[in-house]
Amino acid sequence: MVKKTWLKGIGLFLSLAMLAGCSGQSKPTAGAGQDSNEIVIGANFELSGDVATYGTSSLNAAMIAFDEINAKGGINGKKIRVVKYDNKSDKTESMNVATRLITQDKVSAIIGPVTSGNTLGVVPVVNSKKVPVLTPTATNPDVTIDPNTKKVNEYVFRACFLDSFQGRAAAEFGLKKGKKAVVLVSQADEYSKGLAKFFKEGFTAGGGTIVSEEAFNKDDNDYRAILTKVKSEEPDVIYLPAYYEVVAKIVKQARELGIKAAFVGGDGWDSPKLVEVAGKDVLNNCFFTNHYTPEDPDPAVQSFVKAYKEKYGQTPDALAALAYDGARLLADAIQRAGSTDPEKIKEALAATKDFPAITGKFTLNENHDPVKDIVIIELKDGKQVVSEKIKSK
Amino acid sequence: MDVFIQQLINGLSLGSIYALIALGYTMVYGIIRLINFAHGDVYMVGAYVGFWATTQGWGFLPALVLSMVVSAILGVVIERLAYRRLRNSPKIAVLITAIGVSFLLENGGVLALGAKIRTFPNVFPEVQYHFFNGAVVITNRQLVIMVVTTLLMLLLQYVVHKTKTGKAMRAVSHDTQAAMLMGINVDNTISATFAIGSALAAAAGVLVGIYYNAINPYMGIMPGLKAFVAAVVGGIGVIPGAFVGGISLGVIEALVSGYGQSLYRDAVAFALLIIILIVKPSGLFGSNVREKV
Repeated sequence: MVKKTWLKGIGLFLSLAMLAGCSGQSKPTAGAGQDSNEIVIGANFELSGDVATYGTSSLNAAMIAFDEINAKGGINGKKIRVVKYDNKSDKTESMNVATRLITQDKVSAIIGPVTSGNTLGVVPVVNSKKVPVLTPTATNPDVTIDPNTKKVNEYVFRACFLDSFQGRAAAEFGLKKGKKAVVLVSQADEYSKGLAKFFKEGFTAGGGTIVSEEAFNKDDNDYRAILTKVKSEEPDVIYLPAYYEVVAKIVKQARELGIKAAFVGGDGWDSPKLVEVAGKDVLNNCFFTNHYTPEDPDPAVQSFVKAYKEKYGQTPDALAALAYDGARLLADAIQRAGSTDPEKIKEALAATKDFPAITGKFTLNENHDPVKDIVIIELKDGKQVVSEKIKSK
Repeated sequence: MDVFIQQLINGLSLGSIYALIALGYTMVYGIIRLINFAHGDVYMVGAYVGFWATTQGWGFLPALVLSMVVSAILGVVIERLAYRRLRNSPKIAVLITAIGVSFLLENGGVLALGAKIRTFPNVFPEVQYHFFNGAVVITNRQLVIMVVTTLLMLLLQYVVHKTKTGKAMRAVSHDTQAAMLMGINVDNTISATFAIGSALAAAAGVLVGIYYNAINPYMGIMPGLKAFVAAVVGGIGVIPGAFVGGISLGVIEALVSGYGQSLYRDAVAFALLIIILIVKPSGLFGSNVREKV
């Protein structure tokens, strides 16, 4: 521990020295003034550590997008060059990577990180260095709006909807299934708690009743006791915002106990493991909100799915789809800006309107959050089917 | 009423699992006074062996037996390599070694098998029996868990009380020195205890795999702790105590989450442990005339 702090001290000293070096130059001309035939974009992703699979699939998808653009001749005749670093799924490291990308590699814009926590680490860096960052998947509201000043972080953008919208959309959809809902929350999980809060608000505002709210421990195996209680309350809808592993166990046991109510969940459900563990029949009458589905017949979606499968041998998940959109949005903004100047790219990003994303056409609002549709996916005999799309308000 | 019966059934099947694991804890404690913290992880290994066997197309019973045999060997090996040479060391050294073995099995499992969950194949199709117009549901898997647990318990009682090995185990547990002087091979008897205890844990692992469908390398931690509580509640070192302790812990947990707050379930389980330790430190069955293994 002592050693680590010591190392961090040296790191801090070095980065300060680096900063001093930069300000000594005539003017930091990030992006501009480099080789005029290329555009440098930084990639700051979680390639190792806790959420390495998220970062890897996001980077993979972003690279597909950049390669496609380069194959078509680049942007305004300039090729894109991506400088990628691993932030080790760590907030401090994400900050260091962002600093390095801006001061050393002089990138015009940054894509990533994936998670809200790591993105929050990057925010102060890009705000002070004035280079735009686009996170494909950070859903926490504080990423784009400073919680203290309530002001928009001028240089931070995102390509995904917020948990508040996801929870309310689930409530709107749930009301179509009935007026009595039970909410099951995974204790000690901010994601689950956040979604549950917005679901409850939306559901009661729409005239429904929350019969009860139960908390469970995601490391358990047996949920029959809680579910027996839920059964006796006879809900029409059960909202279960959690990740696929525990969802599989809970839904399976609920069906065994004879609970026939509709289950509604969030984007944490999106995994092939869900069907594998729970079984196909069990998951009928189950729905979840998501960013996109690989089953979407839209040709743009299908060509991305095909390209991703060919290159990486897997079906792209929602994170990959969002990163693909994020990368294309950055390129689009650079084209509209007609320049590699970070300031102009930032302005172009803020003015994004009706961007044709594969996760749904969107416009960035005044908070730099996309206004886009949410997909409600129904699991029919183990297959993901688009049940409906809910418009953002 | 029907809700109460359903909760009772939930509790009994959960409690059977705790009981099977608790038996191993209590036997090992009875014979060498060691809380074998690696026991929960032997249960995990048992589940993985059962997983392997069933994915190879083995039936339920052969898979159960194979998993019990493999885990019994594992239990003996752990005892030989890790605990035997510490037999005359301070108690705390063995205890810490047990924790080390536990970490080794968990993280070795992650390394060898990956941290992701595995899905147990459907060994036998599920049949549901409905009572009170569907208000109470009992599945054949729950019945299998309860029946297998009861049979193993009876078998264990038979081994401990009617066989030569059982007699040796009781003797070593009562007084190791005297048993040795009487010509009982203490090392072999201790090995036999580890083998039997580990085999029971493996049976629990396979049953859990079939019941819940999902297994992972960390699955042994919480059930291991709960089974430990069950063993202490019943009176550690006493075989029927572990059985009763396991079943009652399962039922209490089900009733607490069913009628109280699900969040308080674990708190109640461990509060129970503290209360028992204060009121009756020897546990429910830990009377003066000890019949230990």
